[in-house]
Amino acid sequence: MFTTLGKYILLIRLSFKKPEKFSVYWGEIMREMVSIGIGSMGIISIISVFIGAVATIQVAFQLASPLVPRSIAGSISRDSTILEFSPTISALVLAGRVGSSIASQIGTMRVTEQIDALEIMGVNAPGYLIAPKIFAGIIMVPMLVIYSMVLGILGGYLACAITGDIATTDYVMGLRDGFQPIIIQVALVKAFFYGFIITSICAYQGFYTSGGALEVGQSATTGVVYSCIFILFADLIITSAML
Amino acid sequence: MIEIQDIYKTFGDNEVLKGITATFEAGKNNLIIGGSGSGKTTLLKCIVGLHEPTKGKVIFNGEDFTAMNFEERVPIRKQIGMLFQNSALFDSMTVEENIIFPLNLFTDMSKSEKLDRANFCLERVNLKDKNKLFPSELSGGMKKRVGIARAIAMEPKYLFVDEPNSGLDPKTSIVIDELINELTQEYKITTVIVTHDMNSVMGIGDHIIFLHQGKKAWEGTNKDIAHTDNQELNDFVFASKFTQAAKEKL
Repeated sequence: MFTTLGKYILLIRLSFKKPEKFSVYWGEIMREMVSIGIGSMGIISIISVFIGAVATIQVAFQLASPLVPRSIAGSISRDSTILEFSPTISALVLAGRVGSSIASQIGTMRVTEQIDALEIMGVNAPGYLIAPKIFAGIIMVPMLVIYSMVLGILGGYLACAITGDIATTDYVMGLRDGFQPIIIQVALVKAFFYGFIITSICAYQGFYTSGGALEVGQSATTGVVYSCIFILFADLIITSAML
Repeated sequence: MIEIQDIYKTFGDNEVLKGITATFEAGKNNLIIGGSGSGKTTLLKCIVGLHEPTKGKVIFNGEDFTAMNFEERVPIRKQIGMLFQNSALFDSMTVEENIIFPLNLFTDMSKSEKLDRANFCLERVNLKDKNKLFPSELSGGMKKRVGIARAIAMEPKYLFVDEPNSGLDPKTSIVIDELINELTQEYKITTVIVTHDMNSVMGIGDHIIFLHQGKKAWEGTNKDIAHTDNQELNDFVFASKFTQAAKEKL
């Protein structure tokens, strides 16, 4: 375990060495940002709307009492969407979509000697391959999380409008009641760390792939599994530290 | 010129290379030959720095490459071109982008100069007008030629070639061999080729070292091979009935 941790830290350190030419790396960062950000908007849209809707319906069901104001469902739905569903569920989905792509892309480059080709040219392979992905991850995952928050809350509104369990005016009133801006900060701090976890762990798994196509698949799977575990671990630490 | 001195390489308990010493001169095709598992590719990877030798030195024009760190090696690496067994072209880039890639990173050439250089390299390997194709759209022989074009883009002093003819038909193999030979002669490059293809050995083998069980078992030229009394080399070169019959005619 300590060997793996040491290799991971050394690889990340190597990734942040001074680039050979900044303009080339900047182009890579932009490309990765499009791949991670724009490429993930579809799946994030779908899960955010559905989770927002389901959360609202479930809260409305559980608080179906004449003693509890109906608007409370909006408040609970808002807080749980912003604090937990949008950052963490999105990150788990992104670990599957983005993480497996990173691990398999770098793993394939390793087994087809493309990384060797980079090293022969004198290119710092971890810097060229991993650093742009990490930068793109820590920028784009928070942006996706903000996008997910908006859609999650919209999903809740749609659920109210369609099912009629709660009046939309009550839902909107609930959204406005007792809003604490710190929950946005907590969610964005989580998203920042999740972006780093997904990209760096999956890149590490891909970079140290050896063998052939089978091992590339195994690296992708391992990368996603470890990313999910560390996302949940980071979730616990950040939540307990900031709230 | 490249000198390798007393190179040992061990993986765990497995000693793959056992004290190999050789000199590879500029303007010559230096071939490393041997059976499967003899340590050819490991030796090549030790020379180019993809593996660190357990013991021994690799010297490029008087500079001890093995004693250098990653940054110190960069100036020498810029003078190295390498063609990999599976070409190792970057899948996400077109042919042109593959060739321009090292120029983007290590030169201050303008865009038009880089394009001119890419076109020149592609013409040199007879692949004019293939600039916009992706590696997945190329045949095995074309991939090798693009690999060569990328390797010569930075005008290297040293060219390393790993199994240039693997997976190619005999006619394409000859084209690749001739291309490597022409480039070596034309630009006075120190070329080191790992192969077990006997057509390459007999065709372009200016200087050959034969590895057997991790040791240098023989050294000479393609003209010396037919008359060697080295048993391991004879077993390797004249393994088939066809080559035995050819030897008897010599």
